[in-house]
Amino acid sequence: MSSKPASYDEMFYPNGAVRPGYAGYCHWYGQQDPSVLRRKSQEAESFFRTTGITFNVYGDNAGEERLIPFDMVPRIITAAEWRKLSRGIEQRVRALNAFLHDIYHRQEIIRSGRLPQRLIASNAAFLAQMVGLKPPGGVYTHIVGIDLVRTGPDEFMVLEDNARTPSGVSYMLENRETMMAMFPELFSRVQVCPVQDYPRRLAASLAACAPPCAGDRPVVAVLTPGIYNSAYFEHAFLADQMGAELVEGNDLRVVDGRVAMRTTQGYQPIDVLYRRVDDEFLDPLTFNPTSILGVPGIMDIYRAGKITIANAPGTGIADDKAIYSFMPEIVEFYTGEKPLLQNVPTWRCSEKDSLAYVLDNLAELVVKEVHGSGGYGMLIGPTSSKKEIAAFAAKLKAKPDNYIAQPTLALSTVPIMTKAGLAPRHVDLRPFVLVSPKGIDITPGGLTRVALKQGSLVVNSSQGGGTKDSWVLED
Amino acid sequence: MLGRTARGVFWMARYLERAENTARLLDAGHRMALTRDEAISTEEWRSVVETVGQTQSYQASHGTYTGIQVWNYLLREKNNSQSVLAMVENARTSARSVRTALTREVWEAINESWMNLRDLLGKPVREANLGEVLNAIRRQATLVRGAVEGSMLRNENFNFFRIGTFIERADNTARILDVKYYVLLPSLAWVGSSLDNVQWDSVLRSVSGERAYRWLNAGAMDPRGIAQFMILDQRFPRSLSFSLDKVRSNLAGLAHQYGQETSAHEQVRGLGSRIHHLTIDRIFDDGLHEFLTDFIATNRQVALAIERDYRFYA
Repeated sequence: MSSKPASYDEMFYPNGAVRPGYAGYCHWYGQQDPSVLRRKSQEAESFFRTTGITFNVYGDNAGEERLIPFDMVPRIITAAEWRKLSRGIEQRVRALNAFLHDIYHRQEIIRSGRLPQRLIASNAAFLAQMVGLKPPGGVYTHIVGIDLVRTGPDEFMVLEDNARTPSGVSYMLENRETMMAMFPELFSRVQVCPVQDYPRRLAASLAACAPPCAGDRPVVAVLTPGIYNSAYFEHAFLADQMGAELVEGNDLRVVDGRVAMRTTQGYQPIDVLYRRVDDEFLDPLTFNPTSILGVPGIMDIYRAGKITIANAPGTGIADDKAIYSFMPEIVEFYTGEKPLLQNVPTWRCSEKDSLAYVLDNLAELVVKEVHGSGGYGMLIGPTSSKKEIAAFAAKLKAKPDNYIAQPTLALSTVPIMTKAGLAPRHVDLRPFVLVSPKGIDITPGGLTRVALKQGSLVVNSSQGGGTKDSWVLED
Repeated sequence: MLGRTARGVFWMARYLERAENTARLLDAGHRMALTRDEAISTEEWRSVVETVGQTQSYQASHGTYTGIQVWNYLLREKNNSQSVLAMVENARTSARSVRTALTREVWEAINESWMNLRDLLGKPVREANLGEVLNAIRRQATLVRGAVEGSMLRNENFNFFRIGTFIERADNTARILDVKYYVLLPSLAWVGSSLDNVQWDSVLRSVSGERAYRWLNAGAMDPRGIAQFMILDQRFPRSLSFSLDKVRSNLAGLAHQYGQETSAHEQVRGLGSRIHHLTIDRIFDDGLHEFLTDFIATNRQVALAIERDYRFYA
C-alpha cells in the first residue's frame, strides 16, 4: 500500500477520527462485544446458505454454488452525498437512453462528428435488427446499474455503465435483510433509507412500459436461462418478489401474434418480458440459430409493438468501454448540460498517441478490453510482473482497438471486519436505476462490492470480492 | 401457473415422498435383519430392493444381498440414480426451478434437508449410524411437509404438491404390499395359520402403520386385516384409499379453480368408485396380486393424464 497514493477512507479521517456519516454506527460498534460480532458473521453465512443466496460458478467446478462473502460493516453515504450522486446518475441515465434511441435511429451524434462512426459500425453489441424499431414507451434501458468509484470527499466517478443486464440487486436486498435480522437495534439508532421496496418499484416501472395492447394489469414475466445460470437465484428472487412468473425459453412461444407462456390452462400472453438472457440467445430466428434459451419469433412480435423486452436488445452498445470514453460528450450532446458525474480518465488505445502513452506507462495503468466484463482479461499494471506486462503489451500492439487504459485509481476504502478487527479495503458502488415513461427512479443505496484482500483493487465476485450493505442516511 | 412449474412442484413432492418411503423400507428391513437368521434377512433385503423396483440395476453392480450393501446402494451410491441422496437432490433441483411457486419456509426446508442429507450421506453408512441416517431422512421429509402445510396458499401450487405426494404414496404402498406378500410369505397356506408376526410387523413398519394397526386390532396379526388396513382403511394416511381420496380432492380443487375437469378427474373417479365398492374378501377372491398390479398401472395412468392435461411439457 505504501507505494501507492493514500486512499480516501470513508469511515475515518487520516488522524483516526470518525467521519460524520459513520458517527452513529461507530458509536454502536464501540459498544459491541467483538466475539459476539464474529459469531454473527458466521450466522450470516449459514443464513445465506439456507436461503440459497448463491451464485453458480462456471468452469472447473461447473454447477457448484458459491456464496458471495458478506461483510457486516455497512458502507455509509450521507444524505447530501446521495443527493448529489443521484442528480448525476439521473442525468447520465437520461443521456444513455437518448443515445440508444439516436444510435438506432438518425445517429445525430455521429453526423455531428462527436462520435466516430467506426465505434458503432464495427461493434458486435450494435444490433442492426434494432434500427428504426421503436420500443414500447420509448425506453431502451429499463434497468441500469452505474458503477461508481470514489477517490476523495467529493470525487465520485463512473467506472462503467451497465445498460445491458445489470445484476446484483438481489444482494442489495438480501444484504439489508441480513443486517436487519442480525442487528435490529442498529436500525433504530441510525436512520437508513429503505431499499426493500425495490421489487415493487421494479414491477411498477416495468408495467408502466407495457405495450398498448396490454390490459389494466400488464402481465410481467422474468425470462431466465435456467437454474444453472450464475445469477439464477436473482432471477427467481426478483420474480418472486414482484409476483411475476419466472419463465424459461421452452415455456414461451408465439401464439396468435403475441408472446405467450404455457400455463396449466393453456397459453397466456405476456406484455412485458424482463429477460435475463443475452441478446444473442433471445430469438433463434433472428440471432443465434442454435439458441434454446429464447423464443423463436419474439423479435417479430417486438417489431409489431406487442411486447416490451427489458432491457431492449442492442443496449449493450452503451456498455462498451470505447463508447464509455465518449460519455462526457454523449451526456452533453443529449442533455445540453455539463456532466455532473465524471468519467475515469481513459486512453483509447485505438488512437495512436494514446497507445504510445499507454505502452510507455503500462506499469502504472489498468488496461481493459472494450467488450470485457467481470474483471476478466484486464491488466493491473502496478500489481503485475514484468513478464505479464510484456505479454500484455504484445496483445495490445496486435489489437489496439480492443483496449482502453485508465490510471490506477486510489479507490476509497471502507473497513471490513477481520479477525484482528476493522481493516480498510477498497470498494465500489453500483446503484440501481429504473426507467419508464413515468420517470427515472433511483433506489437509495445499491450494491457495494469490496475487495477482501488487503490492497487489492478487484471487487468482482468472480474474482474473490465480497459485498456490503450500502446505507444512504435519511436527512 | 406455468405448466413447467406444476411439473416441478409435482415431481418435487414425488421425490420427497419416495425418498421417505425408501427410508421406511430400509428401517423395516434392518429391524428384520436384527431379529432373524441370515437366510431370512437376505430375503428381506432382496425384497426391499425389489419393492423400490431396482433389482436389475442393483444386480448389475452387486452379487449378494447384505444389509450394508443394500442400504448403501439405496441411500447414497453414485451409480444409483434413484438413491435417496439423488432423489433429495432431484427434489431440491425441482424446488430451485420452481422457487417462485414456493414459500420461503418450504424452500428453506428443502434446501436444509438437502444440505443435511448431503453431509450425512457423504460417506458410507455404517450399521452404527444407520438409525440416525434413516431418522434424519424421515425428519427432513416431515419438516418439508410441515412447511408446506403451514405456509403455502391453498391454491394450484398446493394442489399439485399434494397430488404428487399421494400419487407417489399410493404407488409405494401398493408395491410394498405386493412384494412383501409374495416374497415374504413362503406360501399362501400361511394365511390363517400361526403367523410370523415379525414379518408382518415389517410390512406395517415400512408404512409406519404398526402402532395404528395394533391399536385398531388389539394386536392380532392377520394378513387379511393388514391388507384391508393398507388398502381400504380411510383413516390410515398411507392406505391406497386415503391416498386416492387426497388425489381426488386436490384434483377437484384444480377443477374448481380452473372451471373445468380433465380426463384425469374421470380416471380417478373411476378408480375411486371401484375401490369404494370393494371388500377385502373380494380382493382376495380375485387375487391380491392382480388387484395391486392393476392399481399400480391405473395410478400411473392418472399421473400421465395429469402431466398431459396440465401441460407439464411443451
